Amino acid sequence: MTTFAFVALLCVSVLGYSLNRHAATRLRANGTRLHSVPAYHGLYSLLSTMVPVVTLIVTWLMLQGPLIDRFTMSGLPAGSLDSLDTGGRQLILAEIKSISRGRIFGDPEAWKVDAADRYVRMHAISGWVLLGTVIVASLGIVGFSRSRVAAEFRARHGVERITSGLMLFCSTIAIFTTLGIIAALLFESIRFFERVPIMEFFFGLNWEPQIPLREDQIAAEGAFGWIPVFLGTLVITVVALFLAVPVGLLSAIYLNEFAPSRLRAVAKPVLEILAGVPTVVYGFFAILVVAPAIRSFGATLGIPVSPNTALAAGTVMGIMLIPFISSFTDDALSAVPKSLRDGALALGATRAETVLNVLFPAAIPGIVGGILLAISRAIGETMIVVMAAGLIASLTVNPLDSVTTVTVQIVTLLIGDTSFDNPKTLAAFALGMMLFVVTLVINVFALRIVRKYREAYE
Amino acid sequence: MADVTAGTNPGPKTVSTADVVRASLARRNRKQTLLQVLGLGAISFAFLMLFILIASLVSSGYHAFTQTHITLDVFIDPEEVPLERLPRGGFDDVLEASLASVLEDTDPNDRATMRALGGLLSNGAQFRLRDRVVEDPDLVGQTIAMTVPVSDPYDQLNKGLIDRETPEQHRRLKDFEIAWFDQLMAKEAISKPLNTGLIANADSRFPELAGLKGALIGSFWALFVCFVISFPLGIGAAIYLEEFAPKNKFSDLVEVNINNLAAVPSVVFGLLALAVFIGWFGLPRSAPFVGGMTLALMTMPTIIIATRAALKAVPPSIREAALGVGASKHQVVFGHVLPLAMPGILTGTIIGLAQALGETAPLLLIGMNAFITSAPSGPFDSATALPTQIFIWADSPERGFVSRTSAAILVLLGFLITMNAISIYLRNKFERSW
Amino acid sequence: MMDGMRKIERDTAASDIKIQARSVQVFYGDTHAIKDVSVDILDKTVTAFIGPSGCGKSTFLRCLNRMNDTIDIARVQGDIHIDGDDIYDPSIDPVQLRAKVGMVFQKPNPFPKSIYDNIAYGPRIHGLARTKAELDEIVERSLRRGAIWDEVKDRLHEPGTGLSGGQQQRLCIARAVATEPEVLLMDEPCSALDPIATAQVEDLIDELRRNYSVVIVTHSMQQAARVSQKTAFFHLGNLVEYRETGQIFTNPEDARTESYITGRIG
Repeated sequence: MTTFAFVALLCVSVLGYSLNRHAATRLRANGTRLHSVPAYHGLYSLLSTMVPVVTLIVTWLMLQGPLIDRFTMSGLPAGSLDSLDTGGRQLILAEIKSISRGRIFGDPEAWKVDAADRYVRMHAISGWVLLGTVIVASLGIVGFSRSRVAAEFRARHGVERITSGLMLFCSTIAIFTTLGIIAALLFESIRFFERVPIMEFFFGLNWEPQIPLREDQIAAEGAFGWIPVFLGTLVITVVALFLAVPVGLLSAIYLNEFAPSRLRAVAKPVLEILAGVPTVVYGFFAILVVAPAIRSFGATLGIPVSPNTALAAGTVMGIMLIPFISSFTDDALSAVPKSLRDGALALGATRAETVLNVLFPAAIPGIVGGILLAISRAIGETMIVVMAAGLIASLTVNPLDSVTTVTVQIVTLLIGDTSFDNPKTLAAFALGMMLFVVTLVINVFALRIVRKYREAYE
Repeated sequence: MADVTAGTNPGPKTVSTADVVRASLARRNRKQTLLQVLGLGAISFAFLMLFILIASLVSSGYHAFTQTHITLDVFIDPEEVPLERLPRGGFDDVLEASLASVLEDTDPNDRATMRALGGLLSNGAQFRLRDRVVEDPDLVGQTIAMTVPVSDPYDQLNKGLIDRETPEQHRRLKDFEIAWFDQLMAKEAISKPLNTGLIANADSRFPELAGLKGALIGSFWALFVCFVISFPLGIGAAIYLEEFAPKNKFSDLVEVNINNLAAVPSVVFGLLALAVFIGWFGLPRSAPFVGGMTLALMTMPTIIIATRAALKAVPPSIREAALGVGASKHQVVFGHVLPLAMPGILTGTIIGLAQALGETAPLLLIGMNAFITSAPSGPFDSATALPTQIFIWADSPERGFVSRTSAAILVLLGFLITMNAISIYLRNKFERSW
Repeated sequence: MMDGMRKIERDTAASDIKIQARSVQVFYGDTHAIKDVSVDILDKTVTAFIGPSGCGKSTFLRCLNRMNDTIDIARVQGDIHIDGDDIYDPSIDPVQLRAKVGMVFQKPNPFPKSIYDNIAYGPRIHGLARTKAELDEIVERSLRRGAIWDEVKDRLHEPGTGLSGGQQQRLCIARAVATEPEVLLMDEPCSALDPIATAQVEDLIDELRRNYSVVIVTHSMQQAARVSQKTAFFHLGNLVEYRETGQIFTNPEDARTESYITGRIG
């Protein structure tokens, strides 16, 4: 039905376009001088129909689902939802929906089948009402805009006003996205902190997000102190930087200053390929190659290495960050004016001395900005650690141990769990909020440094 | 040299600079060489890592591009498969019996042997037979030739991945099973054709049947939705910011927002999608539509930044020429600047979509890692995507999934390389110097 | 004026040849930038290279300390000897050469370091000072020679980039002389400066003649006349005329030189 609504809208708007265009052409044929060419009169009708009606349809579709769900649930026979928590209610709703799609498992109760019927009916009604509304509204607008066709009507201005408005709307999406992120994280985190004391989260040294599934189950209460999780993130980040910073810096210096141009022509695309490899591939590389290599190397040295060692995840993350750091360093070195390089060389500095004493210090702000962005990336990187790091949080800084990270916990807490009302899933949002805040602070800081640096040499 | 200059250059110094420099030159050049060696080592390390990455994927993944099949003459025994009970019936027994008739030293009455024989064939074999019989019930009582995949351990054996020298208790196939396989080999019942199932099948718990169809279609829908949303919105935002936006607080705010969004961890976008799209708007879980919307939010900054760069590259003279003949600002931008900037915009968009195609974490959070054995029929059906399928297979314990994962990664990398090649082609073809 | 010139002629006659260039050719890719230039540059003399832009005068200057090596596509042929040593000999390290042949550029290019560190950079990398006191002394001496000591002595540890344009250029000259070079190359050192700063730098160049062989590229003929004793006129990569400054400006031999001096070649 939604498709029909869109098709109807399209037809009516095209109709409006040609009506207005014809009307305007006729006016002109009669010798009247128009303010705007006929095509603009047509476009005016088209846009003033499309924009509000598409908004109507999208809003309708967004509200229809939750509203129908609510009506379905409130229409159930009294008592059938008693003694059920939110999760249980959602299960029932899911069952009703699957019955409504014809997927029936076993013999559902009659009231569920009834509810499914009502659910289907309400959707159908909603679809028809939507279609009717769309047709009526769009015809109304088309009629109105047809009536405005006149010699002095400024159709072009109207069209430009509408497109300007649309573009302005597009550029606000970025703000809405940020607001959406903040709202979602904040809202769910607050719900988390209603269940778990805020102090425990920030200062607790234990992270054991297991909670009893049934009342009578004997299980740990669950502990939600984020410090060990964050510590694990830091350990892996530090390992990654230990690899990526020297390799990235040195390769950028070599490519920028020493490499023959043919090597440079090969190396840049190679680094770009390395940068374009999806992180899930790096994750698989970690478990397929790097972790076994580190383990067998540790075995030959007689050092016990845990299977999900932080070293493996960190190493692979470091490899991922090499092109990132090297391209930032390359940009920063290239941005240093040539005159400084000439000045040092003319004094008799060797190329190495020129790079290390003059170019590098001049490029430091840009490089530091790049490294900060790399840190923020390492902290927020998910797939490599989900696949190669551990699940158990432990307070350790030994890279040969298994550690877990903030992102690993977010993913494992949320995979396969739909209900939003237990501390376990809500904890993921609290961790997500911390992740967002930490990376945001680093990013803002880094972007500021990089921008300042660029201004200094422009 | 110093001797020559000494007489003519009575400067305040006692030792000439040239002498001092010459003395220290070797040391300084060694330092330079060291830096060069370190630099070369660093770049070689990066090269080596990429090489190992690709090499390990190819060496473990190429096996998955072929699949061992067995060709059997199957007698569809009416006793096992009675017409009236279709589609139910003992199709597995029928297959086992036909195997037993080919192989020597097999006793059709020994349950254990028969079960071991059944293990030779893929679990999907009986369903394939069932589908054929259901389609054409006349086959009951006849003998038909069937080519079906063998199960994963035998596939591995055929590809040389199971070492016959390993002691029997550490091997996944016992000596007698290997002997069966060798008999079948000798009878030329075994073939190893191109594994079309890798692309044509959807996911399965059995490696020999698992394919990427569902993931490919899921990824297609997700990317399609991502493109449909992010392309117009991104271009609209970029045109506004580059051409129309007044220099004020609001424009600054948008700009800062876009730059920051480009650096927000992808998993946070997953949390946004989970809480807002699924939790608040009630959109379905695991749907490529939701995945596409999430990816669109992540791709938009890339498209906006690329579009703005492309718009900036159009020289002012074009704008001035158009404005000079009386075009309005809108007409200039949409009629002249935008078409000229299009190649640059498309290049940026393709690169953005390539990134989106490889993105995994947000799709995991919205449930696109579900185990789904049929391909989605639309963007609202539950589905996986290529990267999440890789994640699922990488997580699976069966040995056969290791090479499937590598193969899936090679497919993904193939798409990424193609997309990047297209964008490079576009850039080179339409790049013009003003 | 004429008196002064005759005095200069006597001066130059007494000097030795410092740099001897024979059939120097420079190619930038396919462009033949310098065509068969031979010239003798004297010690303790200011030699000016003049000519229209793109005539190759800066390119030739950059051959004298092998700065063209830093440009990938540049090729230099021919012989250049300084004090009898072939500077393009494979055994000669450009580092060694450049320590002996200092250079000052068109645009002042102080390092983003303190004034002190700018001056001390050359002596430090070459190991010219054994102690801090010696280094201090070199810095002070160089700044004095650069005629900028009085202006900066109270702020030696402030960044060199904070100085005015004229001060920066004198700082760069001081930086170049801090390594005690024997030849000083100056590539249009005043083109980015205002008239007052130019006058200061020109006075300085005249001072420097006492200790160094100075080669200055300029496209201001007045400047060449003011500061140099010998002048070489370049045109389209050729060395057209090379004589005493007084003679070249009053009595040019080549028609092209005359056209340039009288303003017909720009």
